[in-house]
Amino acid sequence: MKADFLSQLAEIVGQDYVSDRPEELYLYSRDPGAQKSRRADCVVMPGTVAEVQQIVRLANREKVAITPMGAGLTLSALTVPLKGGIVLDMKRMDSIIEVNEASRYAVIEAGVTQAALRAYLEKNHPHLQHSTPEAPPTATVVGNILIHGHGHLTPRYGVNSQMVNGMEVVLPTGEVCQLGSGSVSPLWFSRDPLPDLMGLFLGWLGTTGIVTRLSIQLFPKPAFRDLLLFVSDSVELIPELISELGQINLLENCFIITQEKPRWAQHIYYIIVVSGESQEEFEVKKELHNKIFQKYRDKVSPVDEEPALTPLRERFLGVPPFAATAADFRKGGGFEYTGAILPIEVIPRAWRSGLEIAHKYDLLYQLGIQLLPGGHSVMLAYSYPFNRAVEEEAERARGALDDTNRLTLDLGGVVWKPELPAQKLILERMDANTRQLMDRIKKTLDPNGIMNPGNWEVA
Amino acid sequence: MDYSEFNCPIYNRFRLKSCSPGGLLWLIQAWADGEIDWSQSLAKILYSCTSCNNCVQSCKFPFNKDVVNMIVAAREEMVADGLVMPKVARFFGNVEAYGNPYRELRENRGRWAEGMSVEPYTGQEFLFYVGCVGSFDERGQRAAQALGELLLTAGISFGILGSAEECDGNEVRLLGESRIFQMLRDNNSRLFQKAGVRKIITLSPHSYNVFRNEYPAGFELFHYTQILRDLIEQGKLKPASKLNTRVTYHDPCFLGRHAGEYEAPRGILRAIPGLKLVEMERNRENAFCCGGGSGNFYTDFFGGGQDSPSRIRVREAAKTGADVLAVACPGCAVMLGEAVKDEGLEEKLVVKDIAEILKESALPPKI
Repeated sequence: MKADFLSQLAEIVGQDYVSDRPEELYLYSRDPGAQKSRRADCVVMPGTVAEVQQIVRLANREKVAITPMGAGLTLSALTVPLKGGIVLDMKRMDSIIEVNEASRYAVIEAGVTQAALRAYLEKNHPHLQHSTPEAPPTATVVGNILIHGHGHLTPRYGVNSQMVNGMEVVLPTGEVCQLGSGSVSPLWFSRDPLPDLMGLFLGWLGTTGIVTRLSIQLFPKPAFRDLLLFVSDSVELIPELISELGQINLLENCFIITQEKPRWAQHIYYIIVVSGESQEEFEVKKELHNKIFQKYRDKVSPVDEEPALTPLRERFLGVPPFAATAADFRKGGGFEYTGAILPIEVIPRAWRSGLEIAHKYDLLYQLGIQLLPGGHSVMLAYSYPFNRAVEEEAERARGALDDTNRLTLDLGGVVWKPELPAQKLILERMDANTRQLMDRIKKTLDPNGIMNPGNWEVA
Repeated sequence: MDYSEFNCPIYNRFRLKSCSPGGLLWLIQAWADGEIDWSQSLAKILYSCTSCNNCVQSCKFPFNKDVVNMIVAAREEMVADGLVMPKVARFFGNVEAYGNPYRELRENRGRWAEGMSVEPYTGQEFLFYVGCVGSFDERGQRAAQALGELLLTAGISFGILGSAEECDGNEVRLLGESRIFQMLRDNNSRLFQKAGVRKIITLSPHSYNVFRNEYPAGFELFHYTQILRDLIEQGKLKPASKLNTRVTYHDPCFLGRHAGEYEAPRGILRAIPGLKLVEMERNRENAFCCGGGSGNFYTDFFGGGQDSPSRIRVREAAKTGADVLAVACPGCAVMLGEAVKDEGLEEKLVVKDIAEILKESALPPKI
């Protein structure tokens, strides 16, 4: 990258916040997942929307790619440039601008982390919460939303991208747009009833613009909350139980998991999170959920003893659930997973095939379902922990990932936050006109093709 | 778990991935694996870590206790490979040659006590180990003098080593120079043993840390705030004069997070009539480092700027409405005192050592 270009970037954001030093390039050229590294040319950390605009205009003049990044924790290398250029690290824009108690939303900048928002709400608005993903606390709220991330309130209130009331976006050509009620009002309380322009930026993997500010819905924090734990060995039963849970639709959250290590975890565990504002509500919900599982008592039992009880409670009772140690059960520091968004009826086949794929690649299996709202679908996470020090093992993880993504699509599902090979698989199977529509939208918004190029790229 | 307590000073200053604890560990691994070469910028990143222990405390992984140790090990590797940055090399060279990083003559080490009736150590109950900052930095000297006067007033049997005192080696060890550290440790240990030292009072939490964790056992160890607290409780020091002041206290990393001592300094402040103690938002285990640890009070790899840790910290202190920012470490006194000037807060906030504050109440100037 030319020194002159870097100087111009430094003039915009200050010398401290531009780097092409080898240390930064090493870190910004990879993410913690199994994808191979790809070289970034520099990293820039803007502090204001005006700086983002200036960077975008400069990049357009010089035809340099921009890859926007929150915490870079997708594990799919979605914020690692495919065609070099600038990594735009948004973490300096970390203000919580407003919390509206009455209408229950927070307006935040793009660099606000899950931890920062949680801590802020706990201190200043203790009866409110946002839907927190099972991700490291350094993950950004906006980054999670832009990949259609899930949170601990997803089964009850929706996928996190559905909780957006509005956005401020810097377009690939440098203009700033407000979307949602914020476009016509000082209040960011609603996404409706205007044309839903948020869809131009959600799920596009940074190829259509840079979200600098966002309004996210907040929800009441219940006074009572606990886990109900059950264990089963019947894969076939999973759809039926999900259907029963959807019928009463009173869950806060629900996971269905199995994993190869430790040995006790080699069954199918149901983790039901129940909460209530009053003791009465809480007790009724527990009773109704218990009744569902009692109906199937020949195939499902409550988990009421060790060795499973304590580890499951420790992992799942907190908000967010403490996934990190479970993710590293291979003890090699490498973790990769693919999230399959699946219709309910294919779960048994998806589950069994997941175990087979893990063993085919000589990896330890770890499957986890999170219910999606209303029990209409699930996210089935196929995790492939690997030893980061062994490249051959990372290669096997990538192989397993690829097989799993093909399986997901074969089963009629869709791959969540797809890494590049999975994006190609999806585009291959996508309706041709839809594919062309995506291409036209991208080209209209980004005539120079500078935004995270290579992603969602129609050949 | 919300990680609101994650307060890494380097990350707050630089904000790049490379300057977070995780980034440092990735870079160390990459350097060890030959994926990146050593460079001045790598060294700067590694030397910027103040060893404040916030990452150790915040990290939820079982290896958390070793996060700072891994950074120290990488610095040791740089020393072994002869890849030390000039500022750090000067620090090592000065400490080795002069027994302090300031290139001050050893014979001047006890000058801070001139005009006071502090005696050389000859077997008294306590050795008052002053340390380099207290001995040579003008700001540190004032803290040492205040403490010396309080100890004398309380009738404590103590002495100082004066020109025989040598750098404690805390920063030398953390910066990775194990050879010089071992030399300092052995010299000091021999000196303590030969002089018959049984109890040591340290002015600096850095000395307290290294004596407590890296020196051979054989003496009782106290940070001065622990002694002053006890003297107040025993009635040997009487904070009688009312100080109508609002004070906030900054926990030094090596007394707080490293040693778990949060209450002794606060106990002293609470005992002073008229003094109102107010806490900063981040306090005790969650206190934000001043940026001076691991030799940064000398090497200053943060390079100033409004996001330098000391400036962030004094802004936090000012936010409490306090007119005094109390410290219990001469290094913090230097760092935060400078930051008060940089922030233009001189009219609103003054940095004082706890010994100085107690002295104002227990030994008010005679009119």
